[in-house]
Amino acid sequence: MHSHELAVADLTVSYNRIPALHHIDFKVRCGHCVALLGPNGAGKSTLLKALAGLLPLETGTIHFHNHLVRSATQDFAYLPQRENIDWDFPATVRGLVEMGRFLRTGWWRRFSKEDEAAVDEAIRLMQLEDFADRQISALSGGQQQRTFLARSLAQQAHVFLLDEPFTGLDKPNQDNLKALIRQLRDQGKLIIASHHDLGTVPELFDHVVFLNGELIASGPVTEVFTTANIEKTYSRRAFAGPHSHELAH
Amino acid sequence: MNWLIEPFTHEFMLRALVGGALIGFTNGFVGTFVVLRRLALMADSLSHSLLPGLAVGVMIFGLAPAGLFAGGLVAALFVALGAQLISRSSRLKEDTALAILYTVAFSLGLVLLTFVKVRVSLMHYLFGNILGLSNADLWISYGVALVGIPLLAALQRPFLILLFEPAVAKTQGVRVGAFNVLLAVVLVVTMISSLQAVGVILMLGLLIAPAATVYLLCDSFPMMLWGGGAIGMVGSVLGLVLSYRISNLPSGAAIVLVLGVFFFLAYLFSPRYGVLRHLRKRQHFHEESLARWPGE
Repeated sequence: MHSHELAVADLTVSYNRIPALHHIDFKVRCGHCVALLGPNGAGKSTLLKALAGLLPLETGTIHFHNHLVRSATQDFAYLPQRENIDWDFPATVRGLVEMGRFLRTGWWRRFSKEDEAAVDEAIRLMQLEDFADRQISALSGGQQQRTFLARSLAQQAHVFLLDEPFTGLDKPNQDNLKALIRQLRDQGKLIIASHHDLGTVPELFDHVVFLNGELIASGPVTEVFTTANIEKTYSRRAFAGPHSHELAH
Repeated sequence: MNWLIEPFTHEFMLRALVGGALIGFTNGFVGTFVVLRRLALMADSLSHSLLPGLAVGVMIFGLAPAGLFAGGLVAALFVALGAQLISRSSRLKEDTALAILYTVAFSLGLVLLTFVKVRVSLMHYLFGNILGLSNADLWISYGVALVGIPLLAALQRPFLILLFEPAVAKTQGVRVGAFNVLLAVVLVVTMISSLQAVGVILMLGLLIAPAATVYLLCDSFPMMLWGGGAIGMVGSVLGLVLSYRISNLPSGAAIVLVLGVFFFLAYLFSPRYGVLRHLRKRQHFHEESLARWPGE
């Protein structure tokens, strides 16, 4: 196994004993942008949450850098969907980015010069210097996405798990986010994002994972992003295993 | 100025001042957690559920504050945990379970109080009387303030993450379950400490109003905590003076009224989130967009 790799093996995740993802296997390398593709209910968000350590795994393992991932670590940063965030919360851009350091500084220690520098650097990289003292609802959608990315950067995460990051962004903001994500990729980060706009997949991502309850295909965009795979993923009912029977509970 | 200071030359007023300031600060501080975690309904339920606990406390221990404290604590935790149990084990949601349990508990409290042999006034528990603070009441409010506030202040960072993103706090290493229980316990203890001052019905106002006010005034979590405490303290002291100056004004009601005035002032005039500012803001956006495309 390559060391700069995230390897998912035999992963099954269930809600109330009904599996949403069945025995998923795939491997992705650091320094790539990975798209999770599939219809609604295919398990894209479930996979992201499972990788983030938010859901218990029924079967299977997740290895990162050859180490078994058992619980939440600072290597993984999860960005929830926009509607799951309380934008009226009393927090500024800087305050939110500082939260990314809490795992390192612990609950009590004062911020060191290094912590401050990491926060400044993250804000600079995400082009948020001019908005650092703004409350988070007084930002555009693109700026809000960048604020959360900046927090993950301050956390010094290696794997960025993004739930529908491009949803609700206009074209200029989408291009901007794309450029910033590319920048992270070129630094060797691994970006995994759920995505629903098939038209933009080739320009935004290097690697695709097709999901529909189970794994349909996984590989480089150039090889796997084919009409056959798209049809296979989207043209049939979501796989729901033996529980799909109407009398089964 | 003398109007403000003179009342406190009396010993009973000085005692009420110290108690009121402490209780006001603690409630304002803890209220921030309630507002941001959206626990107002739960806090309301818990405050009402104190009543049967108090009745049982009086039956067993008499009027000793420690007994009342223990009775209230047990009753409130019983309702909080019972609502959890019902919502998890049936299809009912937690707010419904809370509403059922707390009204039943409140009714039980009213029934039990009629059987209590010790002569107690129901009005006393419902609306409180800050001028009747005993030494033991003061000690309880010292204890709650000295333990609760430093504890919550020290754990600001995990609480900040828990309040902002409860669903993903786990990924940031926060033990969500443990912190929720800790918050519930501090909340119940804080409310019990305000029982003597404002009573079961009004304690929610003392808890929520300062935090709601400061929420309209600032964008920083630590500032909200300490600012909420400060507003709660000032409101309690002012309410106390008012109740002394205007004869027969119930102190609990005076305190909550003053806090209500603070809230409506912030609602109208807050520089950033006030309604009046909001009305002017649209024009501001228009100007901003004109500035962005000069020459058109």
